[in-house]
Amino acid sequence: MRYSGFRVIKEALTGHRGWGPAWRDPEPKSDYDFVIIGGGGHGLATAYYLAKEFKQSRIAVLEKGWIGGGNVGRNTTIVRSNYMLDGNEPFYEFSLKLWEGLEQELNYNAMMSQRGIINLMHSDAQRDAYIRRGNAMILNGADAELLSQKQVLEKYPFLNVQNARFPVMGGLLQARAGTARHDAVAWGYARAADQRGVDIIQNCEVTGFRIENGKVLGVETSRGFIGAKKVGACVAGSSSKVMAYAGMRLPIESHVLQAFVSEGLKPVLPGVITFGAGHFYVSQSDKGGLVFGGNIDGYNSYASRGNLPMVEDVMEEAIAMFPMMGRARLLRSWGGIMDMSMDGSPIIDKTHIDGLYFNGGWCYGGFKATPASGFVYAHLLATDTPHKTATEFRLDRFHTGHMIDEKGMGNQPNLH
Amino acid sequence: MIINHPLLGPRDLSEFVYLGDACLMNRPDWQADDALEQFIDYGYTRDNRAGLHRELWYHEQGDRSWLVVTRNTVTHEITQVELARDVARAEGRSK
Repeated sequence: MRYSGFRVIKEALTGHRGWGPAWRDPEPKSDYDFVIIGGGGHGLATAYYLAKEFKQSRIAVLEKGWIGGGNVGRNTTIVRSNYMLDGNEPFYEFSLKLWEGLEQELNYNAMMSQRGIINLMHSDAQRDAYIRRGNAMILNGADAELLSQKQVLEKYPFLNVQNARFPVMGGLLQARAGTARHDAVAWGYARAADQRGVDIIQNCEVTGFRIENGKVLGVETSRGFIGAKKVGACVAGSSSKVMAYAGMRLPIESHVLQAFVSEGLKPVLPGVITFGAGHFYVSQSDKGGLVFGGNIDGYNSYASRGNLPMVEDVMEEAIAMFPMMGRARLLRSWGGIMDMSMDGSPIIDKTHIDGLYFNGGWCYGGFKATPASGFVYAHLLATDTPHKTATEFRLDRFHTGHMIDEKGMGNQPNLH
Repeated sequence: MIINHPLLGPRDLSEFVYLGDACLMNRPDWQADDALEQFIDYGYTRDNRAGLHRELWYHEQGDRSWLVVTRNTVTHEITQVELARDVARAEGRSK
């Protein structure tokens, strides 16, 4: 079924009896050409682009829980391509271009809103760094604009620019960045992949690999063995756990990141804004809640919930930036498990096992990468060669020294 | 999270800084034949277990001691806290 305005009117007049489920709930077959482990945004996008762009069939996505229940439904919905390094920026800009056409492509309302992101700057050194990053973005075909304090105040008149410790000197604007309804992205990809024959198998946890003579033959799951010519893992926070089944030890630590939403307010924040003197980002959802977050808690965790010192830290940053936020009540907070890599950048590569591929190490920047991650992973799975925007996301870069350390923090995952 | 410091008693999480897996205490021998491989492993790969995890915490806002904390990464329950100094000595590492 194609969704359209006409369809909505027709269904409204006929009692909404014509809407069917958005995707099937198939039983797993005994074998597939491609098995994708992980039914998050990246896994569903991979399956979709495998079917659509690379004309592959016999594809399954295995999800241990339900579609939209993991990090794709837990993030703060920001979409942007304001990176600096050559290994990263072309990839994220490719992703942003895919975001721009995503809703028409999927025939699904993902509420993609290019409302712009402003990174605030608070020192001369930070201004220099932002100018450099902005130039790197422009060189890679993205858009970037340096804003003065006055220009920032025109958009956000209630900002505390006179803070004695962290005065706001201006900001780096990427106007094409914005937000998207996160779980609608998962549902949209799931529906579009399903329409192209992909089997989305929920409540199916992978419990092991069957590997013989260095070649993967399939996966053991909670619903029995499923054979596969090629297996692609993209399980974010569970990466180390799943790849350990294949005897692999990864350059990844799993950490908890908390996110927060306030009560619904009238429109107050026109775009996404980040605090440059700490780590804080906030936007306002269409429902009115302020959606915001800060740093990861900083210790290994698989608990999907964080501790109070980081909650306090995030609130302090919020109030430092917008004193008026002190009047809003916090409605909810939650946690998600981040696959923090050793250099802060992702890995999309083959493994030493024939037919087994790995996609992970997204740190807390995976959501914006969803379309491109799916596209380049599908490229790798279908052609065995990396996509031209993802040649540096290699698993062996920690051996060869070709790190992509955007933040320059070294091998300390809790600082990326 | 409260860390029960062996010398100072229960202290709040916010007083501590986290380093990582306690395997970081065991720096490889730089003269070994496979020293390069060992150091890459030491620097970049981790077990990253879901469950009991031995890890290094630094009491920065306190007595500046290094601790080896055994904590469940699924529940955040802390079951053992030792001074890193004692752990190293027990392994015969320093006098």
